[in-house]
Amino acid sequence: MSSNSFAYNEQSGGGEATELGQEATSTISPSGAFGLFSSDLKKNEDLKQMLESNKDSAKLDAMKRIVGMIAKGKNASELFPAVVKNVASKNIEIKKLVYVYLVRYAEEQQDLALLSISTFQRALKDPNQLIRASALRVLSSIRVPIIVPIMMLAIKEAAADLSPYVRKNAAHAIQKLYSLDPEQKEMLIEVIEKLLKDKSILVAGSVVMAFEEVCPDRIDLIHKNYRKLCNLLVDVEEWGQVVIIHMLTRYARTQFVSPWREDDGLEDNEKSFYDSDDEQKEKTDKRKKPYTMDPDHRLLIRNTKPLLQSRNAAVVMAVAQLYWHISPKSEAGIISKSLVRLLRSNREVQYIVLQNIATMSIQRKGMFEPYLKSFYVRSTDPTMIKTLKLEILTNLANEANISTLLREFQTYVKSQDKQFAAATIQTIGRCATNISEVTDTCLSGLVCLLSNRDEIVVAESVVVIKKLLQMQPAQHGEIIKHMAKLLDSITVPVARASILWLIGENCERVPKIAPDVLRKMAKSFTSEDDLVKLQILNLGAKLYLTNSKQTKLLTQYILNLGKYDQNYDIRDRTRFIRQLIVPNEKSGALSKYAKKIFLAQKPAPLLESPFKDRDHFQLGTLSHTLNAKAAGYLELSNWPEVAPDPSVRNVEVIDLAKEWTPAGKAKNENPTKKFYSESEEEEDSSDSSSDSGSESGSESGEEDEEGDSSEDSSEDSSSEPESESGHQSDTENRRAAKRNSKTKGKGDSKDGKKENEKSKTSDSSNAESSSVEESSSDSESESESESESESRKVTKEKEKKAKQDRNRLATDASLLDLDDFNPVSTPVALPTPALSPSLIADLEGLNLSTSSSVISVWIPSADLRATHQATLQQHPHVK
Amino acid sequence: MIHSLFLINCSGDIFLEKHWKSVVSQSVCDYFFEAQEKAADVENVPPVISTPHHYLISIYRDKLFFVSVIQTEVPPLFVIEFLHRVADTFQDYFGECSEAAIKDNVVIVYELLEEMLDNGFPLATESNILKELIKPPTILRSVVNSITGSSNVGDTLPTGQLSNIPWRRAGVKYTNNEAYFDVVEEIDAIIDKSGSTVFAEIQGVIDACIKLSGMPDLSLSFMNPRLLDDVSFHPCIRFKRWESERVLSFIPPDGNFRLISYRVSSQNLVAIPVYVKHSISFKENSSCGRFDVTIGPKQNMGKTIEGVTVTVHMPKVVLNMNLTPTQGSYTFDPVTKVLTWDVGKITPQKLPSLKGLVNLQSGAPKPEENPSLNIQFKIQQLAISGLKVNRLDMYGEKYKPFKGVKYVTKAGKFQVRT
Repeated sequence: MSSNSFAYNEQSGGGEATELGQEATSTISPSGAFGLFSSDLKKNEDLKQMLESNKDSAKLDAMKRIVGMIAKGKNASELFPAVVKNVASKNIEIKKLVYVYLVRYAEEQQDLALLSISTFQRALKDPNQLIRASALRVLSSIRVPIIVPIMMLAIKEAAADLSPYVRKNAAHAIQKLYSLDPEQKEMLIEVIEKLLKDKSILVAGSVVMAFEEVCPDRIDLIHKNYRKLCNLLVDVEEWGQVVIIHMLTRYARTQFVSPWREDDGLEDNEKSFYDSDDEQKEKTDKRKKPYTMDPDHRLLIRNTKPLLQSRNAAVVMAVAQLYWHISPKSEAGIISKSLVRLLRSNREVQYIVLQNIATMSIQRKGMFEPYLKSFYVRSTDPTMIKTLKLEILTNLANEANISTLLREFQTYVKSQDKQFAAATIQTIGRCATNISEVTDTCLSGLVCLLSNRDEIVVAESVVVIKKLLQMQPAQHGEIIKHMAKLLDSITVPVARASILWLIGENCERVPKIAPDVLRKMAKSFTSEDDLVKLQILNLGAKLYLTNSKQTKLLTQYILNLGKYDQNYDIRDRTRFIRQLIVPNEKSGALSKYAKKIFLAQKPAPLLESPFKDRDHFQLGTLSHTLNAKAAGYLELSNWPEVAPDPSVRNVEVIDLAKEWTPAGKAKNENPTKKFYSESEEEEDSSDSSSDSGSESGSESGEEDEEGDSSEDSSEDSSSEPESESGHQSDTENRRAAKRNSKTKGKGDSKDGKKENEKSKTSDSSNAESSSVEESSSDSESESESESESESRKVTKEKEKKAKQDRNRLATDASLLDLDDFNPVSTPVALPTPALSPSLIADLEGLNLSTSSSVISVWIPSADLRATHQATLQQHPHVK
Repeated sequence: MIHSLFLINCSGDIFLEKHWKSVVSQSVCDYFFEAQEKAADVENVPPVISTPHHYLISIYRDKLFFVSVIQTEVPPLFVIEFLHRVADTFQDYFGECSEAAIKDNVVIVYELLEEMLDNGFPLATESNILKELIKPPTILRSVVNSITGSSNVGDTLPTGQLSNIPWRRAGVKYTNNEAYFDVVEEIDAIIDKSGSTVFAEIQGVIDACIKLSGMPDLSLSFMNPRLLDDVSFHPCIRFKRWESERVLSFIPPDGNFRLISYRVSSQNLVAIPVYVKHSISFKENSSCGRFDVTIGPKQNMGKTIEGVTVTVHMPKVVLNMNLTPTQGSYTFDPVTKVLTWDVGKITPQKLPSLKGLVNLQSGAPKPEENPSLNIQFKIQQLAISGLKVNRLDMYGEKYKPFKGVKYVTKAGKFQVRT
């Protein structure tokens, strides 16, 4: 207690400090001394007393009220000494609330906060992993620079903790320490390096986050973990997936050569019919160029594909941008369907997704053309969504669909939302310039709009017509005359200015009207907007040069008005024009060229999409949304000319063995592990008993058979107590095998799934070889007592293989297992006797599956080829 | 990533703030208020706002703004999705996501936010993990707690957190084991003036309510899985199995959750279950117009169409409406200019209609465009796409669960242009 007040007094010797000093000793002194304090302090007084009380319930009440104050943003910092005493409370809820308080105020009261440190240090050694983790969280969150060494130590220890949850928190703590003290960078990178090797799916996302924040440029740390991250990706929690995918996108752009090379040349002239025959083009491409995709590159593209099905919009967007930035252009098409799906989501998600689609649709129209109607606007959409949809519709417009679109636009123009109607008019203008076939139709449509009742619509039409006429210097005298009449009614300055400019430009085509317009304008000059005044001056000057007989006096009158205008811009312009056009002794050589200067051929304006320049930002990022570089934005590098050495990603098994040890230990204390495998087992036993009446008889016979053998193997493996993970993979194998038999049984009845004979035969050989790889890797994982997630991964892989495309799996196996678990280099890889049933089951499963006629048909041809290559490359390893 | 969170109500009061890194002053919200003012309409407040030192990413949900403060580059969807998850969690815990509910449970809200984010990075967002860490408030529990002194906060790490199936906790027990699936399909459509379909598509979801003990492993198969064109899954679904066999195989979370959402392939023609006859006209130079709308069934597969509501955003110049419905009741809000006609069931014998006069502001020009009609309806026991669940099998547990599947078709964004 006395140390408490002492510490505080030392820190800040103000009047308040003495108050608080008294406060700290209030258990001794009577509480009557507080009469002097304000009512607010008095209110806190009872909180203090409650915190001092012996009853937990009173303390809890007090803490709850304090948290309420924090939540409302009220200052509760003066309670710090009273609160911090309760940091060691036995009651977990009080403790948590004290943590909340500490994290909020420790930065302001650093010295007092130090009192709590020892409690955390003790908690870091607690047998309960939740307590260890939360102690680390608070310790790293209180932002007191003095404890940096303690934090560093705690992080290092936690990074080697047996619990993956604690290690996850350690990964989070890395970023906190880095923001508190960037000096620690080197040490922290060491921890990151260590955690990157972690096999737990829990840690992966957090450590990549730390990597991105602390050392995004240390791409070399990723090499060895690249394949592992790719393979873990599906199982990582969704937030981690987003971060990892973004990081891997950057990684891929530095490590692999561009898969686009061929496409780039073709892109421009192929844009419109890109989608329809990409399949064919793919083939011709393949024949022409020697480019082969790095298997690791392929691995990433393939393993992210299932995530397009995620319920989390951020994950879908992350995969979409990955495909956009690193996949061959012919394969990126699959993302459009998923992105369009996101448009059903809430308006914020729609907003971001539409922005990204807008950027994409400029470059590769074909991708979204089939979904044109999904971008049709509803009257209930918010305006920002409407304009984005409109933007996309414009980008997608081409000769084929423009007539449908223009009909749709007609509805939009009449919308009650005038801002949107105006945007539609601009859109029509853009379509008119982009697609020459409809220019005249659009123009006449816009002219019709000039008689619209709404001023904003008319004004926007005038502006767009001006742009269109400028592009088409043909005879449009009628339209100009029509617009000149509008000057009487229209009041929007931009529109008036546009009309005046247009008349000035074409004053020789409408010789009768132009001087008359000038006359009217001269009358109303003083009451016009500045923008309009400038154009009146312009018009005057142009008429003076072309038709000085009629307009000389008028122009001079206007110039005089301009001379005394309030706006200096207008005065300047007036002076300038007068010098230029009215010849006098002072004017130099320039006035000779006045006509050329004023009536020069002006370049037509380009009507461009506002999303044109956004593609240099990585899609899906904040910078892309803002169209400005956000702090901490990491540039996506260009593809390297020559791929860096791909062998850096090979992982040696000896290294792995070391890495696995902590994860392996962690597994033992993990309670869920056990029940999971149990449930798997139970599932099997109940499998045969479950009512599968609809299934065919022959199948059930096979099932029984399988069930028998599985019984055997489960006995076998249960006699081997330490091979838990093996056991699990066992059951998985059996399940997989069973499923094969099922699919086999069904295969005959399923019609649409028959495959050509050629690929089947080649398949079987692939699968054979991969089965050998598989089994060796399996035994490897066994002896290493690998972490649960990993073994699940492997078994999943197996399941996948058994069930669906063997081709793919062949690469999977070779990529994941062959390099990681090269059987030649490791004597450990010999199968243990306990494992043999699973091996047999595995092999059986493979044989069964290869002989089955069920082969999924959706694999793109490029995929097939890649896999063949990959398998061939990997064969030497097997032998 | 996420620095701070502010909750703001419709009248612009910041009623809750939470900081995960150092404290950011409330004044940062001024930029948000500025943008809100500019937008005029809550729907139009831009979700991403850039300020000199921070970026504000906000969502609008249940009349509340969730405004998060960001300092560095982050995928905006990441933040938006997370904020929605926060709102979902509040909804889940308190039954509603309203200012009152949040204020009443401010301590639980704080504890939740503390668990959901660490240093701005999501830590635990699965509802069953959170529920083990922080128990949802119930009257019974608060009474028990006050007597026994036990707390709402769990003291062990939730089992789900470490397992490969974080969405399910261990040791679930029910006396009645039940599994219900609701197949809900929504028709999104734009119908043009003449009654032809401009755009129509079917979006569906399967919501599940699973109350099963232990660790059941379910597989759900369809009669016609090919109908499903684009599907998004709850993380529990084994993707590989779907790819190869078109079977949904999963260990379900406990309680209510959305199993999948899907889109029916757009090649299939969409049956539009209702038609609308309408004539809305405004007379030139006169302060009145006519309004006449009739609704009838069409392609309804012999099922009754119920819960029909028609909502119309009338033009600003409309002052009032004098209408007579043959069925149901109508309201017109002269401030927002929204006409709502609650029709109820459609009986083919006597088609419901709504007729009458529209009073316009005198002197104002007549509206250019007729307002479009937004229609809501519901058809029980029908999935309009024809999707049918074939069977549900359970593995891994011995008991026999009670299984049920329900089909509903609703109008989604169903709009008739007039």
